[in-house]
Amino acid sequence: MERDDPIEAPAARRGDRAPGEPRNVAWLYLLPGLAFYLLFTLGPLLHTAWLSLFDWDGLTAGRWVGLANYREALGDPLVHDAFRHSAELVVFYALLPIAIGLLLTAMLTRRPVLGFSGFRAVLFLPQIIAGVVVAQAWVWIYADQGPLNEFLRTIGLGALARPWLGSFTWALPAIGVIGTWVTYGLCMVLFIAGVQKIPTSLYDAARVDGAGPVREFFAVTLPGLRNEIVVAFVLTTINALRSFDIIYNTNQGGPGTQTYVPSLYVYQNAFVYNRVGYAAAIAVLLAAAILAVALLVIRVGGDRR
Amino acid sequence: MTASRIDRVVTYGVLAAFAIGALYPALSILSLALHTRNDLVTGFAFPTDPKLDSFRAAWDQADFATGFRSSLLVATTVTAVSAALSIGTGYAFGTMRFRGDRLVFNLMLLGIVFPFEASVIPLYYDFKWAGLLNTYWALILPQIGQSVAFGTFWMRAYFLSTPRALTDAARMDGASTFRVLTEVLLPQARPALLTLCALVFTYTWNEFLLALVLVSGDPDKQTAPLALSFFAGAERAGDPTKVAAAAVLVAMPVVIVYIVLQRHFIRGMLAGAIKE
Repeated sequence: MERDDPIEAPAARRGDRAPGEPRNVAWLYLLPGLAFYLLFTLGPLLHTAWLSLFDWDGLTAGRWVGLANYREALGDPLVHDAFRHSAELVVFYALLPIAIGLLLTAMLTRRPVLGFSGFRAVLFLPQIIAGVVVAQAWVWIYADQGPLNEFLRTIGLGALARPWLGSFTWALPAIGVIGTWVTYGLCMVLFIAGVQKIPTSLYDAARVDGAGPVREFFAVTLPGLRNEIVVAFVLTTINALRSFDIIYNTNQGGPGTQTYVPSLYVYQNAFVYNRVGYAAAIAVLLAAAILAVALLVIRVGGDRR
Repeated sequence: MTASRIDRVVTYGVLAAFAIGALYPALSILSLALHTRNDLVTGFAFPTDPKLDSFRAAWDQADFATGFRSSLLVATTVTAVSAALSIGTGYAFGTMRFRGDRLVFNLMLLGIVFPFEASVIPLYYDFKWAGLLNTYWALILPQIGQSVAFGTFWMRAYFLSTPRALTDAARMDGASTFRVLTEVLLPQARPALLTLCALVFTYTWNEFLLALVLVSGDPDKQTAPLALSFFAGAERAGDPTKVAAAAVLVAMPVVIVYIVLQRHFIRGMLAGAIKE
């Protein structure tokens, strides 16, 4: 997406940067927006890191503890659980949607599909609905007398019916399926846009070589979508690492701590248990995990451009 | 011949299955909302006699008049201000060179990656210190900050895509940078701006964590998603049809915007996705 300035090459040759000389007037346009960003986004991010070095209850004076909060977090079994749950959610939020997205893409790109833009609009819908609303919809689906259990009873599998979000075994996968539902349309739309950029000559060549649809998919489509797959992976993984809205509004990390995730732990430590410094340390760990995923993508996906 | 027909049936079948999968939860909660408690709904009961009672009850009991007013005020303010600011920052990054441009731009990209989980703790204590907790400011200011990060990226891409000859010609005629922006570039920027506004409005309307932390102390300031969360927590065991109606109400404004501006949405989200 990031395009190089078209003027850049010739201008660089002149020992000058396009367009024309560096212009200080740029700061005039930049400053108002930058001020908001620095004060209310970047500033607080750095402030979080600073707070993580204190033992602070939010009321009395804080006490400098250095990296003690991080040491405690790394040894805290709940923190381990929270990050492990997040990793499991990545399977549902990222891997499954990408697999479904690829399957749909493979089917959609082999021939013109009637009503394509309608399909696209419908599949994308879950993306735009508020997490709180999504949570309510799925709380009902998973409810004791809700559609899922009623369906199981109707087809004679009533023995499998259970309160899904309250089950120690099934709560986390149940949350994961919500994530899959939210993200698979996004993956598909991303991949379809990507396929349109693959030169048709590659498909023609594959067909001339007698490749069937499956070979064609693995030889042409999949490699051609590499960048899009990486991008989808990052976006959906970030979603998985957050997942606060949905978990807070379904089972709040329960039953027990079965669906505890880092963002929930940050919230509870900071605003329920008043362990502000400790919460900040976990927030920093969460941010570091997100940044690591994002940087990984720039690494892996960037070298082909 | 038949093989190709089977192929086609399978394609449309799978597509339809996933489309139904995408729609089902939405339809199921809508159907639940059209019932009342006495209907004793189980599973997916199609409302034979749809009633709006649950909507009326939810609207009153969850105090959505307040929630919608707050959400509308916050979302429109954040959208308008951050769009205006992003025109400025995007214009600077997209058409001008200056010392440190790369560094500042990369710094702003960070804001797109990090969620509010990473900044909400100091925001709470700083706003508390400034006496702004439980005010609209507490919701508006941080969301402008984050929306400007995305808006900068988005408007920069737009300005980079405008033909260089256009600005050069205007500048040759002696137009100031401000006149180039307002008279040459902005008139064509409407689709890009519309997409940006639709996305920022949606994100702001849907935001939950900030509202939960920063304004839950004052019922008069609560946003629609926060009101829904509280209402659902209190009412779930009581009357699920009312919770369903409340959820449908909260989703409605964004769904309407989505139906009207569907193409803009998808284009914007894709561009936002492939930003790296």
